[in-house]
Amino acid sequence: MRVVILGCGRVGSTLAALLTREGHHVSVVDRDQTAFDKAVQRLGPGFTRETVRGIGIDESTLRQAGIEEADAFISVTSGDNTNIVAAQIAKERFHVPKVLARVYDPIRAQAYREAGIDTVCTTTIGAGVLHDLVLGRPLRKPQEYIDDITSQMTGGPGELGPSA
Amino acid sequence: MYVIVVGAGKVGYHLTRTLISEGHEVTLIEKDPAHAADLAADFGEAIVAGDGCEVRVMQDVGMNRADAVVAVTGHDEDNLVICQMAQRQFHVPRQIARVNNPKNEPIFHLLGVTETVSSTRIIYSLIDQEVGSGESLLATALKRGKIVIVAVNLSAGSPGANRMVKDVHLQGECVLAAIIRNDHILLPSGTTMLEAGDTVIAVSTPQDQHALRDALLGATSQATRGRP
Repeated sequence: MRVVILGCGRVGSTLAALLTREGHHVSVVDRDQTAFDKAVQRLGPGFTRETVRGIGIDESTLRQAGIEEADAFISVTSGDNTNIVAAQIAKERFHVPKVLARVYDPIRAQAYREAGIDTVCTTTIGAGVLHDLVLGRPLRKPQEYIDDITSQMTGGPGELGPSA
Repeated sequence: MYVIVVGAGKVGYHLTRTLISEGHEVTLIEKDPAHAADLAADFGEAIVAGDGCEVRVMQDVGMNRADAVVAVTGHDEDNLVICQMAQRQFHVPRQIARVNNPKNEPIFHLLGVTETVSSTRIIYSLIDQEVGSGESLLATALKRGKIVIVAVNLSAGSPGANRMVKDVHLQGECVLAAIIRNDHILLPSGTTMLEAGDTVIAVSTPQDQHALRDALLGATSQATRGRP
């Protein structure tokens, strides 16, 4: 499988290393060269097949990373909106079959999931796992954390967030 | 009209001032709390400190009753997401986005944000006009720079002088709107004879105005334009 990953932070580089080790062709895009250097320090030089320096919503950068032949695109930069926009470009402009975006904001993650972009909200998953662990409860599936916590944030009794 | 402006840079600041002075209800959202506090003296309750991409902030400022949202932050991704959220989650009738990098404009359109303003493109088209020829100049740009009104001054040596309007070969989308002769406005017809000293006013797309200039002033007027 050919995969383009946008964002070479801890998640992006680790994901690249996992896929590369399984024989997939991965290219990682980041605007910052030092992100690649740090990834090499953490994971070794073989963490990805190729690296491309550039802006993730720039079509020529994405082309350079091989998005036209990609089977999957995953955006995991630190910016929610960058991830959302890049994922939409991959889907609508380049018709990549599998597109995923990591989105920290649960509400935005849900809004774009409803609009057909597969988003993964690591905020709700992380908080949910810690919540269950601290109370000594068994862990659940990731999607259950996303659904549970997001629905609490968007209204209803016991709404999260600052009270009006 | 209730307008929500996101981003209190120079564009957002002056836009908000103008809208308020015209009697509109405006909320200006600014991410940087210190900057928002500075602007409270100018705008009072119209300025809100917060991230305009956050749904809760959008709810708090009454996005659901807004007639228009204008996203003018310095980040194109943010402007795009603000407009999409306003459209999809709050059904705001109009969303207008500033495009900082003109390369991104097609992406906005592809992703459903059709009303975009690129100051780079507008200023570029102005410069392109001004350096194009001493004998023609841009009167104004309309429709966010997609349409221009051009004024062409004919001199005795111009190919367009002593020629009937019907013999001026225009290409594409370009309409001769008026002729100014001795400070009077003439409505051009096909048989109107153009004269040296006339100013020809035309409405055109930015591309097709070049053919107009060629027809009225001759192809040599292109020399200074640096067209490839």
